[in-house]
Amino acid sequence: MAFTLYTLIQTAILCTNAIAVLHEERFLSKIGWGVDQGVGGFGDDPGVKAQILNLIRSVRTVMRVPLIIVNSACIVLLLLFG
Amino acid sequence: MEYTAAQSGFRQRKLQHNMRLRNSSMDGSDGSQLFDDTSATGPGAQGVYRNQQAGPQAAGGLPGQSLLADPMSNLAMAYGSSLASQGREMVDKNLDRFIPISKLKYYFAVDTVYVGKKLGILVFPYMHENWENRFSPELLGVQASSALVWLIMEVLAVLLSLYLVTVNTDLTTIDLLAFSGYKYVGMILGVVAGLLFGKLAYYLSLLWCCAAIFVFMIRTLRLKLLSEAVAEGKLVRGARNQLRMYLTMSIAAAQPVFMYWLTYHLIR
Repeated sequence: MAFTLYTLIQTAILCTNAIAVLHEERFLSKIGWGVDQGVGGFGDDPGVKAQILNLIRSVRTVMRVPLIIVNSACIVLLLLFG
Repeated sequence: MEYTAAQSGFRQRKLQHNMRLRNSSMDGSDGSQLFDDTSATGPGAQGVYRNQQAGPQAAGGLPGQSLLADPMSNLAMAYGSSLASQGREMVDKNLDRFIPISKLKYYFAVDTVYVGKKLGILVFPYMHENWENRFSPELLGVQASSALVWLIMEVLAVLLSLYLVTVNTDLTTIDLLAFSGYKYVGMILGVVAGLLFGKLAYYLSLLWCCAAIFVFMIRTLRLKLLSEAVAEGKLVRGARNQLRMYLTMSIAAAQPVFMYWLTYHLIR
């Protein structure tokens, strides 16, 4: 499979968008992946599920504004250059 | 004596100004004089200070000319420009001594057809297969960028899985990058063997290198990822250690898969 660096960038943008779009109340709480269901014990082993939930929440918080900028730039570039 | 030169200069100017005001209130002839008349009073040191105070005040009025009129900055500019031209001369001379640039240009004036023909002449004497069609300069670039992309994705995947399993290791990102680069040795050996001796040699050498990389990765990662008890040989039952063992196995098993996947289309 011939992958270029451009496809890597595209993949990264699409994956980050997909993670940032998962809504907290409408979706994650319904399937038991809400914020309150993640942090369980305070032992030294948070577990895989808690780590995943933490990751999703932090991606949503940190990447919200940069994703807005990057997506706008992508839209403009795709409109101009196809 | 703790006063700086500027302060003493100011003080003296204020004193002079006060004295002048008193004088002008007396006779009123030179009330419009802005600067001190340095020719009249005071020792030479005070005159120097007053000159320095008068200088910046003149510069406040005409900022553009002061930089050029100031002799110190003039000298500095001249020195700097001479230094730059000297430096450039030296670099040119030395570079020309080590790398004959004008001669090199001759060697680079080639095009793809010429390179292709040269490659053909090189390999025809001892190769029975015609692989001119399978290798060209464009294919090299495509292969390189594709391999780079897969490398980056693999490193990211390993990082992600390490984060999820909350392993406390001292493995940095660069370490993971280095570990992922180990399989390229096997890939290169396999591809070269396949090009020189045919498909059977490719499969054999690839098999050997895959097994070698598998054992190597398991041994290396076991020391880093699993806890000390397991590394010594005993099997500790527990969800965490089992998860870590699975992680180690999957990382090590992914290497041969990558090795085969990235090179199989070169041997056809």
